[in-house]
Order: sequence, then C-alpha cells, then structure tokens
Amino acid sequence: MKYRTFRIGGVHPAERKLAKDAAIEQFPIPAKVAISMAQHLGAPATPVVEKGDKVKVGQVIGTPTGFVSGFVHSSVSGTVTAVEPRADLAGKMVMHVCIDVEGDEYADGIVTTDRIERDIKGSPEELLEKIKKAGVVGMGGATFPTHIKLAPPKDKKAEYLIINAAECEPYVTADDRLMREHPHEIVLGARIMARVLGVEMVVIAVEENKPEAFDALSDATLRYVGIDVVKMKKKYPQGGEKQLIDAITHRRVPSGGLPIETGCVVQNVATSYAVYQAVQKDKPLIERVMTVTGECLPEQKNYLVRIGTPISAILDSVGGLPMESAKVISGGPMMGKAVANLQATTQKGSSCLLVLTPEQTARTPETVCIRCGRCTQACPMGLEPWLMNRLGRNGDYASLEENKIYDCIECGCCQSTCPAHIPLLDIVRTSKAEVMKIIRSRAKK
Amino acid sequence: MAKLIVSPSPHFQNKTTTQVLMNDVLIALAPATLVSLLFYGWNALLLLLVCVATCVGCEFLIEKYLRGRDIPCISATVVTGVLLALNLPPAAPWWVAFVGSLAAIGIAKMCFGGLGQNIFNPAIFGRVFLLVSFPVAMTTWSAPHGWLPIDAFSGATPLAQINEGIRQGLPANEIVAENGLSGWQAFFGLAGGSVGEASALALIIGFVYLLVRRVIKPYIPVAILGTVVVMTTIFWLVDPEKYTGPVFNLLSGGLLLGAIFMATDYVTSPMTTMGMIIYGVLIGVLTVLIRYFGSYPEGVSFAILIANAIVPLLNKYCKPKRFAA
Repeated sequence: MKYRTFRIGGVHPAERKLAKDAAIEQFPIPAKVAISMAQHLGAPATPVVEKGDKVKVGQVIGTPTGFVSGFVHSSVSGTVTAVEPRADLAGKMVMHVCIDVEGDEYADGIVTTDRIERDIKGSPEELLEKIKKAGVVGMGGATFPTHIKLAPPKDKKAEYLIINAAECEPYVTADDRLMREHPHEIVLGARIMARVLGVEMVVIAVEENKPEAFDALSDATLRYVGIDVVKMKKKYPQGGEKQLIDAITHRRVPSGGLPIETGCVVQNVATSYAVYQAVQKDKPLIERVMTVTGECLPEQKNYLVRIGTPISAILDSVGGLPMESAKVISGGPMMGKAVANLQATTQKGSSCLLVLTPEQTARTPETVCIRCGRCTQACPMGLEPWLMNRLGRNGDYASLEENKIYDCIECGCCQSTCPAHIPLLDIVRTSKAEVMKIIRSRAKK
Repeated sequence: MAKLIVSPSPHFQNKTTTQVLMNDVLIALAPATLVSLLFYGWNALLLLLVCVATCVGCEFLIEKYLRGRDIPCISATVVTGVLLALNLPPAAPWWVAFVGSLAAIGIAKMCFGGLGQNIFNPAIFGRVFLLVSFPVAMTTWSAPHGWLPIDAFSGATPLAQINEGIRQGLPANEIVAENGLSGWQAFFGLAGGSVGEASALALIIGFVYLLVRRVIKPYIPVAILGTVVVMTTIFWLVDPEKYTGPVFNLLSGGLLLGAIFMATDYVTSPMTTMGMIIYGVLIGVLTVLIRYFGSYPEGVSFAILIANAIVPLLNKYCKPKRFAA
C-alpha cells in the first residue's frame, strides 16, 4: 500500500517516540493551579471570578473577549486566591486565575463516567454552541478556537473534515496513546464535527509509525460510512495543516488563504476527543493528555493533566529536573517552545514536556553557507531559506516579499537540515515579521 | 539547578556538518586516488602531496593574515587539492602542481571571498589555468611506471589520438580500432590520461558512495552523462567515420571525473532540481561540441567553467516549485 504524503520537501528526523508504550495515567490534582486566560489564539478571555470565590470543576472562569477568543473553565474545585498577571510558559505576562484546590467537585450537569455515548443529539447549531461553551481549541499546538473553524463563512462550503492524527513531531506520543485508548470517543467527536460542518467525507490521517492507533481507529470506524482512516508516510511536517490537506486531497491552500478555501477543515485528534467530551458528556476542556519525555528522564510518561498544573509538579513526579538538563520544551523539538519558567502552568495546547541535555540541544557555531541547497530541498513550502537568510541579513525586505517569505510555516526543516548550522529560521522569522509589518501598513493606506 | 536555555525552535540540529560532507567526498575520491597511485606510482603521489599541501598552505596564509581567521573547512580545501592532482598528467613536474594549486586557491577561491563565495570551481580553474599557461607540460602523457607489474598506457590520450587522427583525415572508427581504444580499457583503467582518469570503475564506486551517503543528488551527473550519450549517439549514427561513439565518449577523458566530482561542487552548482538539470545538460552539450569541433581534445573542464558562470542566473530564474501558487 502506498502511503499518502505531501508533495514538496520535508525531512526525516529520528522519531524518538520513547513514551509510546506508556499508558495514559491520571496525574494527581495539584494543591494549587494557575489557569491562563490566554490559552487560545486571539484575544485573552476576560476573568469572571474574583479573589475569594468558590469554584467547581468545569465552572466558567473566563469569557470570550471579541470574536476570536474562547471560554476558559476551572479545572479544579476550590477557592480563587488571586486573579493576576503571571509569567506563562513562554515567559509572557498574562492574566491567570489562581485557585487553591479543595476536593474535586464537578459543576452540575457534567458526566464523568467512561460509558461511551453513541447517540449524537441536537441540531448542528446546538452542537456548535456546546463546543463553543466548552472552550474547545485546537489541541495540536496552534490553539485556534474550534468553534470558529467549524463555522466557515456562508460562501465557503466544507467538503472534507480531516482529523490530524499524524503527530509528526519526534518524541510526542500523547495523540498516539489517546487514539489507542479512546478510539471510539475520537471517532464520535469526528462525527459530531462532521454534522456541524455538514460534510460527508471524514478522513482520519495517521502516520505509518503508529500501527496500533491505526488499527484501533479502523475498528472504531467499521460501523460508520463516510469516515476513512488513512495511513500517512512518516515524514515531517506531515501534520502541518497545509501539508495534510495537500496529502489527502491534492489541493493547495493559496498564499495567505485559509484552509477552508480548499473545502477542507482540519482538526487535531485530541480536539476531536475534547469535542466528544464537550457534546456527549457536557464536560468542558479542563484536562488533556501530555507526554513527559526525554532521554535524560528516568521515566517516560503520558499523563492526563488538569489544565493549570505547574510544570515543576509534573517534572517532580518523574524525579525532578535532571542535573544534566539544559532545556525544557513545551511541545515537540521541531516547533515546540522553550519553557522560560518552571513555575508556569500547563495550557490547552501543551501536548508534551520534553527535557533535553546540552548535547542534544546545544547550538553549534555557525559556519559559512556552502550553497548545498539542502534547505531548499527540505522546505515544504517550496521556499529558498538560504536566499532568505542572505536577503534577511541585508534587510532587503522587498526581495524577501518577492520570494514569498510570508508563506513560511516555521516548521524548522531548513534549520535542522543545514550542515553549516546557520540559524535559518531565526533569520526568516525576524525578517518575516518585518515583511508582514510592511504588508499590513500598505494594506491600511 | 543549572540555568535553562531558552531559544526559538527547532531545538536540535543535524549532526551532519560541512566537514562531515567534505570528508565523505574525500572518501568517495579514495578509490580513484588509490588506483591512480597504483598505475602511476611515485610521481602521482608527489603531485597529490604538493597539491594538497599548497592548497591548504595557501588558504591558511590568506585566511590567517588577510582575514584573521582559521580555514573554515579544511576538508573542502583538501578536496580541491586532491581534485587538482587528479586532473594533472601523471608525468607532470611538481612545480606545475604548485602553480596550479596557487591559482586554484589564491585566485579562484580566495579572491572571491573564500569558502562558499567562489563562482568558479577552484580545481577546474586551476587545471584550465595550467592548460593555457603550460600547454606542453599539461599535454605530455608519457606515463611513469606505477606500482603494478604492468606497463601503464603511455603516449597521447585516446581523445588526443582521435583529435589528431581526425585532423589528419583518418576515420574515427579506424583510429579507435587501430589503437585498441575500447571502452572496456577505460572502464577498468588502462587508458592514458590525467591521473584521476585512470579508472572509470573507481570513479563510479565513488559516485555510488556519494549517492548512498546522500552527499549529492544524482541530477547533475545524470544530466551531463545522459546528454553526452544522447548527443554522441546521434552524431555517431549520422557519421561513424567522423564522430566517436557514445561508450567511448562516456568512458574516456575526464567526463566521469568532471560529472561526478567537479560539476557537483555545492558552491558552484545550482540549488534547485530544475537548475541542476539545465546546468548538467549545458555541460554535456558544451563537452560534446568541444570534443567534436574544438581544437582542444578534451572539453569537460571548459564546459564546467562556462556553466559555473551561469549558475547565479540559474539560481535567480529556476525557483523551486512553490507550494502555494
């Protein structure tokens, strides 16, 4: 069988799925949590609780501010001790609701049993409202509010719903475990989203290195028509939204365009699980599966973690941060973000905590470009990182725009493949920000 | 607790460095170099040592005293030295190797800014520099005795014999037959020529190694060799008396050495697949035209040098296939 894949560029980093045999464990509820109001793309939510308020699990503590925003719920029951700006994972100061945990009392109406509810009740509008109220966001890392993606503009018609189960980042196994252990919930979540969108074709795309997940999902979809599980080639960035659409439908998202222009809506597999919980169990997004991994850790874990759990508590459970660790990454090694502050807490988009040693992550000195062209061959967007590096260092933004720097998806293929160890993506990122500024200021005129 | 590093993604780097890639090129050159030493003996070894030492020394002095830094990648310099040595006649005097190395590194590489900046392949430049400066030394093919108990081929190279013969009005196929210039001879390594042209087989082993280690993509060599085969087949079918055939052309002279090791030099070849193919075809066409119609018997070096000059243009106009139209 020929596996599907995107058609331009890509790299093959070593997969290092160290935690793939670790079953999902419930992480103990911490004594204190701090829940960020900026866990989704767009405007941070507005806190609706005050110091001293009693909250229950699943109670709304933040409401959307504007259109692209989302609800935030309490992940624990207890007393609000502070509503204040704190440093989040990336070190950015954002509003957090801090809660001292007392017991584990759920808000009314939330079903906490594991029984699988197969009957999907309600009109598409009602389902969409439930998803919105549950604060579901894209859980692959981009954290775009799911309800907005599920409500495309009236003039655009969705034909495909693609469930992104590629998990192409090395190390990360959270989605893999979720698929193996909860395939029915994921399939039902996909069916709910298909009903909301009114699409007939649902494709669940799994990379070939997860055969157990593929089999589990295939069994779970046997009883339904119009929902396919397909195997994807192991290649990074297979799970990039644009790459996935290209691989499945051979359609290309135009420059600066939205995926819906190709008739596709892509949702992450963990998002699908969250949608099931939101609709069938009335349970908002208060916890997620998170991989805790790294060669230097004594144990590899996949935890079901309440949102707002401090990173330090999670690391302590595997024996604390090892002496030889140099970097803690939230997400995978290709696109994840380095954690600046171990007191920071987990968010809806935190799929993985990866601890790397200096040898694994040290940046070696940059040498000169020998124009080997590896970056160009690796770029999945068909760009020329070597050229953008040169133009970027010279500040030639007009030429950068001509060479479509705005198409860069920041996947890191170029930099990770460069034999001269040039920080290509650093240069491209900063230059791209400048070019976008210029484009926006021109649009205003 | 030690301080955590906070830096943007990606968080790991390829272990393959420029040094590793250039070491791989040296390993790929090893079979051809060893075969040439076996055939041509001490003088070939002397040429090799003079070339490598002069290249490294020249680059070291310029980098150190004019730019105040170390040689960025010493293996790349050694590759230039080895390639230049393989491009010399086996009986060439040592000072030819010395002057050629100075031209290769001093003029072709360092004048343009050193590693990664040169427009022309330094080794090819060195060879052409010698060819036009010291034509006699560069076309004297009396081969010294090697370390094998057989006599290596001495006398003019097959291509030179053909070039000379045709000028005297002899039919090409007869010259080939008369002088026993079969393709097989060149393949295993008994034809005359430059040091590195001794054995096609050894060069092909190096090519396979480069492909397996993914040091180079096959596009450039395949485009060059394919073009030469197609063009020479057409000419040969039209008039076998005047033009030599494809097998002979493929295996003789510096074609394999040039196509595999010289035209694929990263710095002086295009970045995109399309650019690589156009570049390869251009080298192939120029090589055949020079061999058939030029006054020099061998054309690969000139062809590569001319193609090097249009690489910036190819990089500018042959953009990779963009994802989004």
